[in-house]
Amino acid sequence: MTDTPLSLIRNFSIIAHIDHGKSTLADRLIQHTGGLTAREMTEQVLDNMDIEKERGITIKAQTVRLTYPAKDGKTYVLNLMDTPGHVDFAYEVSRSLAACEGSLLVVDASQGVEAQTLANVYQAIDAHHEIVPILNKIDLPAAEPERVRQQIEDVVGIDASEAVEISAKTGLNIEGVLEAIVTRLPPPTGDASKTLTALLVDSWYDAYLGVIVLVRVRDGHLKRGMKIRMMAKGQTHIVEQVGVFTPKMIAVDTLGPGEMGYVTAAIKTVADTNVGDTLTDDRNPATVALPGFKPSIPVVWCGLYPVDSDDFEKLRESLGKLRLNDASFHFEAESSAALGFGFRCGFLGLLHLEIIQERLSREFDLDLIATAPSVVYRLRDNKGVVSDLHNPADMPDPTLIAAIEEPWIKATILVPDEYLGSVLTLCSERRGQQVELTYVGSRAMAVYRLPLNEVVFDFYDRLKSVSRGYASFDYTIDSYQEGDLVKISILVNAEPVDALSFMAHRSQADRRGRSICEKLKELIPRQLFKIPIQAAIGGRVIARETISAMSKDVTAKCYGGDISRKRKLLDKQKEGKKRMRQFGKVEIPQSAFIAALKMDA
Amino acid sequence: MGKRAGDASAARCNAVALAPLRAYMRRMEPLALYIHWPFCASKCPYCDFNSHVRDGVDAARHGRALRRELAHEAARTGRRPLASIFFGGGTPSLMPPEVVADLVADARALFDAAPDIEVTLEANPTSVEIAKLRAFAQAGVNRASLGVQALDTEALRFLGRQHDAGEAIAALEAARAIFPRLSFDMIYARPGQGEAAWRAELRRALALAADHLSLYQLTIEPGTKFSTLFGRGEFTLPEGDAAAALYAATAEEAGAFGLAAYEVSNYARPGAESRHNLQYWRYGDYLGIGAGAHQRVLEPAGMRAARRHRAPEEWLARVERDGHAVVEEEWLTPRDRAREALLMGLRLAEGVELARIEARSGLAFDDCIDAATLRDCVEAGYLEQSPGRLRATGEGLIRLDALLPRLVA
Ligand SMILES: Nc1nc2c(ncn2[C@@H]2O[C@H](COP(=O)(O)OP(=O)(O)OP(=O)(O)O)[C@@H](O)[C@H]2O)c(=O)[nH]1
Ligand SMILES: C[S@@+](CC[C@H](N)C(=O)[O-])C[C@H]1O[C@@H](n2cnc3c(N)ncnc32)[C@H](O)[C@@H]1O
Ligand code: SF4
Ligand SMILES: [Mg+2]
Repeated sequence: MTDTPLSLIRNFSIIAHIDHGKSTLADRLIQHTGGLTAREMTEQVLDNMDIEKERGITIKAQTVRLTYPAKDGKTYVLNLMDTPGHVDFAYEVSRSLAACEGSLLVVDASQGVEAQTLANVYQAIDAHHEIVPILNKIDLPAAEPERVRQQIEDVVGIDASEAVEISAKTGLNIEGVLEAIVTRLPPPTGDASKTLTALLVDSWYDAYLGVIVLVRVRDGHLKRGMKIRMMAKGQTHIVEQVGVFTPKMIAVDTLGPGEMGYVTAAIKTVADTNVGDTLTDDRNPATVALPGFKPSIPVVWCGLYPVDSDDFEKLRESLGKLRLNDASFHFEAESSAALGFGFRCGFLGLLHLEIIQERLSREFDLDLIATAPSVVYRLRDNKGVVSDLHNPADMPDPTLIAAIEEPWIKATILVPDEYLGSVLTLCSERRGQQVELTYVGSRAMAVYRLPLNEVVFDFYDRLKSVSRGYASFDYTIDSYQEGDLVKISILVNAEPVDALSFMAHRSQADRRGRSICEKLKELIPRQLFKIPIQAAIGGRVIARETISAMSKDVTAKCYGGDISRKRKLLDKQKEGKKRMRQFGKVEIPQSAFIAALKMDA
Repeated sequence: MGKRAGDASAARCNAVALAPLRAYMRRMEPLALYIHWPFCASKCPYCDFNSHVRDGVDAARHGRALRRELAHEAARTGRRPLASIFFGGGTPSLMPPEVVADLVADARALFDAAPDIEVTLEANPTSVEIAKLRAFAQAGVNRASLGVQALDTEALRFLGRQHDAGEAIAALEAARAIFPRLSFDMIYARPGQGEAAWRAELRRALALAADHLSLYQLTIEPGTKFSTLFGRGEFTLPEGDAAAALYAATAEEAGAFGLAAYEVSNYARPGAESRHNLQYWRYGDYLGIGAGAHQRVLEPAGMRAARRHRAPEEWLARVERDGHAVVEEEWLTPRDRAREALLMGLRLAEGVELARIEARSGLAFDDCIDAATLRDCVEAGYLEQSPGRLRATGEGLIRLDALLPRLVA
């Protein structure tokens, strides 16, 4: 099952807007080609992380090798890559695209083209993919395949006359999809006689096998026992196993040109597997590496701190392991006056942040405190020196700073006409600048420039709510632009809590400051002392709330001579205090941090 | 901290700590004596005291065992001054008066007791017990503490008491005629009890002219019947601000009658404070005999804390076999003693005497407390310092449980 002639291989990604049915289509394709028996099949079988199953979304791209006996009498090897739809995971999509020659563009026939349909299809076009449009969910009464077909042509600008109409749910016309893959997508190119070059597409950590590397072979062969070299840094490893996913892991002898599969090679460290790197034969190394990927740039940063400071090393280790699974996330050690030692972590977006945090607590059993998410600001000081600011706590004295620039995005929002008004209001509240407003059938397509800072907090949720869930949204990072930005410090009991400080545009400062003070007042339980909570810009207080002291807490009853009981209780409380996050005389429970930092308007 | 031999503990005391201890030993502080009677006619649903309902208690035999345990302890302490005796329970008013008389006589014989020492007995205000009050007085009891709990018959039923409001008042009147000193207990902040209703009930109680009152807010104790009912949501209690308001109203009413809050839940006319309980709060030495009784006595080897077996039958068997039923003993470290002295002493309106904390713990006062918390508490008006003393203000007192874990070092 290796060394398949190139002409019998098809590598393709399934791309779509979130929830249009990519993973369900992948299920059907696996089932139809016999990759899994009916008993082994679960819904969205490739979404194998607990979080993916619970949320019903794909986070990680997945690869499956299918064998399909086509109508032309030949048996093809199809390498399928299911990709995530959420905008935060666009990087996963781009890497999958680089490993394939074609894409299935799935469009929900009842919803039509959405923002991420556009974003993903343009990526596929950039990757020179052949694209087969698929109209999914035609089982739904609301499906309008003809209208959507037209929409694809009008909005996306690709020929949709031969779009395949299917229902991934019922399995209707899956054969049609398979035939389209075989007949309409191009086979890969590559040269078996050349020395090995293989693109490192992904890597992750498996508790039993160690690091598993997903590769796409360009030229030559990848064999068990051979010594491979990672071209970026030159490390070498002996290949222990090569194999494919059916989606079960099946070891094979070799992987030839055009094929996709996995490699294990006793790779221990994260640094050794950079996605986008090229693997080659150490004895006969290639001279030119394959074009890699644009490195992913984290757009949202926050600090992650262990609740129990003894867990710092465990956190480092866990972040390291997660990073193996997810190259798009970054971390570096930092420390905070309030929270002690932790890590500053970079993410592709808020969903990404939330998911990493959840995985850390789930898979590694860590209790974490996350600081306010922040975008990366660019500071220019009075001497003209430019530096990046990842953490608002590190903001220098404003008098030393000549200008602060913030990242802006270009957002595309598709929304039914009746909600357009509220969406435009939301965008202008968030300092948005309209670039374009056009219509796509009955829906409006608004293109806005927005400061990323205004989007990272809760824009997505607000957009969903003002449009009753009908708006779709996608964005690309646009440019840096100077803004009237200030750092807002939060003082609890007159002491600044660095972990709670954040940056805001001056016009939003009062509202943001008030909102966080109100929130903290609700979240911090009453304490022994009355506690003022203030938001301030420099020395100027812009908002203030007071948590009143607890009203009463004293043992009423007299236990006579049983003093031991009371003292033991006191000893225990005293011990308990040591484990709480103490800010001066205030204890802030971890839940308060997390909730406070989920800012909304 | 586990059990530890006395000499080991002594060895841990440094020379500085030993000097004041020795000085105290020489002064032979007076002892307080607590005698526990572990039986009750029925178990109240809120009560987690060591009290047991038993048929056919052999009171005479139990009494003999108490005398034997007392003699055993006296042999260990030697003939020290005795300041007070307290018969607590359980329901000590169920004791035969002869047993009380024998125990008072024994105590007077074994220790150095002035004629006018305080001898208190807790009595439940049922008719059976009212009939015995005179006999208790003749046995040497000069202060009665009645478990009135409420002056409202329905509330008394809710509290599972055996008496009604009429009996409570009759008992108080009888006791006032018999004992030179009289106190009674009330439980407030009951379900649905509003401030106005409590003030009215408390005024009626105050009019009954006791010189001392113990007024406790109802506390749900784990393992009691109330804890189950409360857990199931069958009743709710005034909490937070409402509880604080009831507490403030209590002090106000008692104060208007000339009874000052000298401890969190205790109110007395000046001079009428319970000397016995003050001994606990001032962290003095006390002996405790009877089932489950606790004691703390400073011995040459250090501060010894002991507790006796809680089950009356097992306690009896052990006393009859060994002369005592101590099942747990602990040599308290200086840190333990400092914490105990502070947690007891700060409950008092008078607060703590720094020199006494130092003497009783063997630590310098500055090492007993967290200086920053002390400063914050003084600033917030929770604690007050005067030369040689530290006391909790009214505002501090009602937050003592939250304050202590920060304050003690
Ligand atoms: N009625 C109907 N529902 C479908 C069909 N295909 C998928 N669905 C449903 O649409 C929802 C989303 O399907 P998924 O396959 O998880 O979508 P996805 O595109 O992989 O989503 P992300 O990975 O989160 O971007 C699920 O509830 C599916 O059951 C279909 O053909 N008909
Ligand atoms: C040892 S008990 C008194 C003994 C005596 N048998 C009686 O019940 O009258 C001391 C006092 O503590 C109070 N008390 C006991 N349990 C209580 C609780 N759960 N909440 C509040 N006060 C309580 C009652 O007022 C009781 O009178
Ligand atoms: S009578 Fe007193 S000791 Fe006995 S159960 Fe009731 S409250 Fe407890
Ligand atoms: Mg999916």
